[in-house]
Amino acid sequence: MNISQFNTEASDYATKVDHLFYLESIISGLVVLLVSGLIIVFFALYYRGSRMPRGEVPERKSREIEIGWTVATLFSFLFIFWWAASDQLTALAPPKDALEIHVVAKQWMWRFQHPSGAREIDELHVPAHTDVRLAMTSQDVIHDLYLPALRLKQDILPDRYTYEWFNATKTGIFHFTCAEFCGTDHSIMAGSLVIMTPEDYARWTAAQPEGDDLAHQGKALFLSLGCSGCHTPGSSVHAPDLNGVYGHVVHLSDGSTRTADEAYLRDCMLLPDSTRVAGFPPIMPNFTGAVDEGQIVELVAYIKSLSTDQDAGAQDQSPGGQQ
Amino acid sequence: MTETAGALREPWPDLRLQREGVGLGMWIFLASEVLFFGSLFCGYAVYRTFNVEAFRIAGAHTEIVYGSINTVLLLTSSLTMTIALRAATAELRNLTLYCLAATAALGAAFVLCKGLEYHEDLKQHLFPGLHFPLSPPATQMFWGFYWIMTGIHAVHLTGGIVVVLVVFTLFKRRVIPVQGSTMEGVAIYWHFVDSVWLVLYPLLYLAGRP
Amino acid sequence: MTDITLPFVPPLDAGGESYLDEGHTILSWLTTTDHKRIAILYALSITVFFFIGGVAIGLVRLELISPTGLFLTSDEYNRLFTIHGIIMVWFFLVPSIPATMGNFILPMMIGAPDVAFPRLNLMSWYLYVGGAAFTIYVLFSGGVDTGWTFYPPFSSDYSHSNVIGAAAGVFIVGFSSIATGVNFLATIHMLRCPGMTWLRLPLFAWSMYVVSMVMVLATPVLGMSLLLISAQRLFGLPIFDPSAGGDPLLFQHLFWFYSHPAVYIMILPAMGVVSEVFTCFARRRLFGYGFMVFALIMIGVVGFMVWGHHMFVAGQSPLANLVFSFLSFIVAVPSAIKVFNWTATLYRGHIGFEAPMIYALGFLGLFTIGGLTGLFLASVPIDIAATDSYFVVAHFHTIMVGGTVSAFMAGIHYWWPKVTGKLYNEFWAQFAAITMFLGFNVTFLPQFVMGWLGMPRRYHYYPDVFQIWHILSSGGAVILGAAYLMPLVYLTWSLFYGEKSPDNPWHATGLEWQTPSPPPKSNFLRPPRIDADPYDYHDFGRAAETGDESRARPQGDAS
Repeated sequence: MNISQFNTEASDYATKVDHLFYLESIISGLVVLLVSGLIIVFFALYYRGSRMPRGEVPERKSREIEIGWTVATLFSFLFIFWWAASDQLTALAPPKDALEIHVVAKQWMWRFQHPSGAREIDELHVPAHTDVRLAMTSQDVIHDLYLPALRLKQDILPDRYTYEWFNATKTGIFHFTCAEFCGTDHSIMAGSLVIMTPEDYARWTAAQPEGDDLAHQGKALFLSLGCSGCHTPGSSVHAPDLNGVYGHVVHLSDGSTRTADEAYLRDCMLLPDSTRVAGFPPIMPNFTGAVDEGQIVELVAYIKSLSTDQDAGAQDQSPGGQQ
Repeated sequence: MTETAGALREPWPDLRLQREGVGLGMWIFLASEVLFFGSLFCGYAVYRTFNVEAFRIAGAHTEIVYGSINTVLLLTSSLTMTIALRAATAELRNLTLYCLAATAALGAAFVLCKGLEYHEDLKQHLFPGLHFPLSPPATQMFWGFYWIMTGIHAVHLTGGIVVVLVVFTLFKRRVIPVQGSTMEGVAIYWHFVDSVWLVLYPLLYLAGRP
Repeated sequence: MTDITLPFVPPLDAGGESYLDEGHTILSWLTTTDHKRIAILYALSITVFFFIGGVAIGLVRLELISPTGLFLTSDEYNRLFTIHGIIMVWFFLVPSIPATMGNFILPMMIGAPDVAFPRLNLMSWYLYVGGAAFTIYVLFSGGVDTGWTFYPPFSSDYSHSNVIGAAAGVFIVGFSSIATGVNFLATIHMLRCPGMTWLRLPLFAWSMYVVSMVMVLATPVLGMSLLLISAQRLFGLPIFDPSAGGDPLLFQHLFWFYSHPAVYIMILPAMGVVSEVFTCFARRRLFGYGFMVFALIMIGVVGFMVWGHHMFVAGQSPLANLVFSFLSFIVAVPSAIKVFNWTATLYRGHIGFEAPMIYALGFLGLFTIGGLTGLFLASVPIDIAATDSYFVVAHFHTIMVGGTVSAFMAGIHYWWPKVTGKLYNEFWAQFAAITMFLGFNVTFLPQFVMGWLGMPRRYHYYPDVFQIWHILSSGGAVILGAAYLMPLVYLTWSLFYGEKSPDNPWHATGLEWQTPSPPPKSNFLRPPRIDADPYDYHDFGRAAETGDESRARPQGDAS
């Protein structure tokens, strides 16, 4: 291993972070030089027994000096805050059509699932020059996916999705590691981040043994777990139609609204009482324990596909079709 | 004069200042208690906001009769404590002793009543865990907070009862005179414990009811 | 506030007996209500725990010489760094200056015969001992491995260690903090001697006031957070369990709501000590007294509003990140002002190079560096990269060790003659101070570097690219360890063989110095009275051209 696997600036954002670091280092260096310089000078001039004049500093001058350096400090700090906040805000919103990779963290390993269906353990292949969004959840305690070369980390919590997104600009093999203490083997819960050209990534994806993509696997589960029994337009049971639901606002029975994102769809399966749509009976079964995180990822991917494949027609994609 | 001399403690120069000091000290301590219970209430508030329906369902199962009796007991004990403090300042020794005893008795009645209520709750398995009868799952959160909030309050109340009994004994045996600074501190603490209950009661007993 | 007139009670020991002569049995020490003796009880206790915590991290640093470890299992390693954090934070740093110097010096500094509630003061120490007993029990029962931060779900549902024991120990010692805070606040409000108005209080007294406010208001929230973890672990109450509507982040908010003000609990007293030392050893009034007081108060207040900067990557909203980042920059301003004011205090002084001054200078330099690295961490993009890495570890150690421990040492040496009536060996003290400063830098500067390069914290095994930095850091730790042992030796030596000290060896102006060293039990032989501002080291308007020692106006009964 060598240090470039950690400190390479593997994205434009990483470069911006490093520039902010240099800015603050320069300002800090100047302050340290100023303070230590003054101390050394004062010691040299005013050591006990030296014959320097030591009159009083006039009250008004003291006041002016005080206010002066207070204001200067305040403005410098606000300047740094503004620079940092700008960097933070521009990196905030992930773009709409990012390549979404699902991450499941557990003591003490990482599982990655690509939309193509490819799965990896402790290794993450991503294409460069592509917006990549990681949707992450934990199966047990809090973990954190730290990608040093991208200057990114994000805590990963159980029963919840958190996200990191990036657009890498350099190819290569880099290091990733867990960065939230999670028990005995926290320090070896690590792996390789492999950034490839988009072409290489496509080739790699195609070469992966798992043929079916996530949505297909999700559709199979949708049938085998009996979801299609209720969530079909022709069903005798009154259940919400899932076509096109992903990304839209849903009105819940307690009067609140939620956006039907990954987290909401996951909660529908595991906490059906708190996610019930207004106007529907409380008969959605609770699937806690009946599905694992990987299966939830596949089901969510399938439901998402019902939004993007609207115009593909009722032919193949509608749930519970003639199969 | 000799009675009050026994009340003066180092490093205070006079009794008036000592009483003021003890009062100030107790209020500062109460500030810390406000944050102690406050952080608990904060947790309750946050979870309630995200689980309105579940908290409503769960709150309907608290024993309002026991809770209301307890409220009356505690409020009355605050009354007797107030009288005890006034009596002490006016150097009415016997009245002070009677009222302290009454306060302790009412406090003990509260704890007894709470014990009966806990027994009732446990009979209905209203303790988060395997046999918890309610759904959705967030009803367990309400009940988790119920046990912790009432439990910690009961611990504070029991501590208060013990202190009242100790002070009663010290007064009775004339170890310290009633007109010292002790009553000040004890009374302030007791009223605080009562105030906490006045917040707990609506949160736990009235929240789930129309 | 009113001027209080204290009718004076003549002491029984007017013949010249010190507080040390009031009873020689262990029982007399264990049942004392004398703030001075309680201070010494605390000093002994925290020293013991400092060395236990130091041994723990010594083993850690030894292990880290190799990327694949030398002699520890990962579970043992995790328990060692956890107990190091718990002991150093709650059983050394938080009590350090307030419980030792606050207890001993504060009442004397304001002209009081004792603290407001002497028996409560003794109970504070026993609460410390109770909490410490739990911690010792945890040590012997296999330890705890959650990190000093106790995050759930790991601490509540997955750890196989003595979480409850550790939580109980911290919970109990928290009440020691609160009791001390209550005592000091009441003391400062009500027992100042005639003439000691609020704006004549020395900075150390002000720092005790503000730190007491923070201890009283912040510590209970820690208590509750640990109580809730224990409730989940012991009784299965699903307080932080997402499947019952709970949220692990609630714990983090509660925990850091205390633990951020806690770092100010650990630094404010240090700032107070350093203000006393700079003025005395530069023989100069404090530059900008009013601004310095205001800065202490601002740090104490705004310090309650920045806890979220420990949670930038925890899963809180970007808006929260922005707000906490902004407030964190604001809270840095008063600290910066204090650094400038201390530097300016040296201007036109008569500067000596005694050990307290060396330690105070070490504080000044390292607190500046540590504080500046705090700005890095207040910047969200840098924090996202640097949090949970050695950069953070280096940052807080620079302030806690480079800052607070240096100031603690400065105070110990400054007030040593007052407390013991003996003089320590100046050469060895200066040598130890310089060694400590050098050892500190060799230990922690490499940690800043490797943290920014990507070395995560709480790591038993690590990528070998970081080995050189770890070896440097461990080497520094050896120097630092030696530097900590030195005072133990020469200070103990001075107790038995040291030169007897005059009552005011430094010719300091504080009220605590206008009384015999060591002081009598009632602190003062004659009623104390103040009629001048603090740090009265030179007249206003008079140019002290000649460089003579400026005279300190006698205000009590200094011999």
